[in-house]
Amino acid sequence: MVAEAEGHAVATDTRRSVRAVSARGRAEALRAAMLLVPSLVFLAAFTYWPIGQVLVQSFTIETFGSKDVTFGSGNFERLLADASFARALVNNIVYALGTIVPSVVIALALAVGLQDATRFNAALRTVVFFPVLLPLVAAAALFMFVFLPGIGLLDYYLGKLGADNTNWLGDPDLALWSLIAITVWKNAGYYMLFFLAGLQSIPLDLYEAARIEGAGPWVRFRRITLPLLGPTTAFVLVIALVNVITQVDHVVVLTEGGPSDATNLLLFYIYQQAHENYDYGKAAAATVLSVAGLLALSFLSLRTLERGIHYEA
Amino acid sequence: MRRTDPSALLALAALSAVVLVCSTPLLWMAVASFRPQNFGGLDMAALWPDFMPTLANFAEALDSANFPLLYLNTVIVCAGTLGVQLVTVTLAGYAFARLRFPGKELVFYAFLLQLMLVPPILIVPNLVTISRLGLYDNLIGVMAPYFASAFGVFLMRQTFRTIPKDFEEAAIVDGANWWQLVWRVLIPLARPGMIAFGIVSVVSHWNEFLWPLMVISSPDNQTLTIGLASFTRGAESASQWGVIAAGTFLVAAPLLLAFALFQRQFVNSFLFSGVK
Repeated sequence: MVAEAEGHAVATDTRRSVRAVSARGRAEALRAAMLLVPSLVFLAAFTYWPIGQVLVQSFTIETFGSKDVTFGSGNFERLLADASFARALVNNIVYALGTIVPSVVIALALAVGLQDATRFNAALRTVVFFPVLLPLVAAAALFMFVFLPGIGLLDYYLGKLGADNTNWLGDPDLALWSLIAITVWKNAGYYMLFFLAGLQSIPLDLYEAARIEGAGPWVRFRRITLPLLGPTTAFVLVIALVNVITQVDHVVVLTEGGPSDATNLLLFYIYQQAHENYDYGKAAAATVLSVAGLLALSFLSLRTLERGIHYEA
Repeated sequence: MRRTDPSALLALAALSAVVLVCSTPLLWMAVASFRPQNFGGLDMAALWPDFMPTLANFAEALDSANFPLLYLNTVIVCAGTLGVQLVTVTLAGYAFARLRFPGKELVFYAFLLQLMLVPPILIVPNLVTISRLGLYDNLIGVMAPYFASAFGVFLMRQTFRTIPKDFEEAAIVDGANWWQLVWRVLIPLARPGMIAFGIVSVVSHWNEFLWPLMVISSPDNQTLTIGLASFTRGAESASQWGVIAAGTFLVAAPLLLAFALFQRQFVNSFLFSGVK
């Protein structure tokens, strides 16, 4: 504050004012550093350092029964030779596409359909939002019964329609899709909120003008709503992407990756290697590859997001 | 006006159907948790409450897991995490919103990195760090990776940007010193952002599972989600679905109740992080 007043007082003397401004700048930079340090300490300890640490560990090869370590790409070679890892990677791609596409489409449909602030719409939105507040573990516990063959919620009502019993979580061809259903159920309401917010920022006169020119609801949606929701969609995609890589609680509770790796996902694989097999080298190598993939994909989505914002402005 | 449009009615009917299907698992949870234990059998999935409600399932759930301790540990984790976070994100958010310093953009991107590299993906190296710090099987170990929050910093930066600088300058002209400025001007004005962040933070830590599962080993330090998972495993092998429903209800109830009471606040805070 003092430096600021000083800066005004000596404004006539250019040389001194430059020096005052730079002193003020230094004081401000110091203040900024002090405010940022608490966050930076924890970011360094739990985000930056672990990245370096996991990189080193992924190239470190420990020999059983000896303290000697050597460095090399052995962990990655073992990882890539592991059929379970290949399966987890493929599963995660299927899981990502299978959850992100339907949940974003359903979220968008719900947001457009329920955007008018009527009491009825508010009630429906509440119902859709409830699963968002539920822990994924609790959702898994509920779906344990939903998917129960024979007497479970799904088979009970499908049975009334004349369908046979199905082993939703035990059939290797179905198990991953059952987990996909849980995730869509849990996340669609969350993404709906973002679309609702995005819809509110679209000027109403655009729709009015389109209606006057005779555009039907579908055309109005495709030509106005969809393009103007571009930034929102990109944002939702990033969140959804982070979710499909970092949320595996239902795998832990319901299937533990089975039957025969049909529901193994990358993070569950990492967890298994580290926590159950104590193979930290392989877990580290898998983490490195996952982080690299996540960063690359996020970077792509964020660039789209930034372009969208420029477009909006 | 639009109500008379038949296609709009059709769309509304389709949406209602989607919502109905969405609601069945939670509806079942509510019905099954109050169902008498020897009742139902093959009709366990029935969604219509055609029985005298009973609390037997809740009693059994409360008996088979130490819920008071689980609640306490979860509350400690949520409150402790949020307490530290509010300090770190407010300070950093203010710096990014108000101060000029060299390399600001670069530092901001370094912060944003944590939006993607969320702690769950770094469980392996973080577990090593936590063990070295002597925080294994300690609730502080569960909280520590979240003490810095890129999301929170971003949110507080946006919040401070919406507060006009005039308020601060007026306070300085009136002779306020820095802590009066912080307590009387900045924090009251930034409260909406802090509340929004608080809600998002509490919801995500109340619900977190994998990281506490790795850090915590003794039953005394378990949080609700870990307790629910092991409790579910036991009740599943005994096919006690009513007890599972009651246990799930107990874990989810505080957040669902809070949502019902403060719906507008909740929704706004989840939206706050939106593109705006």
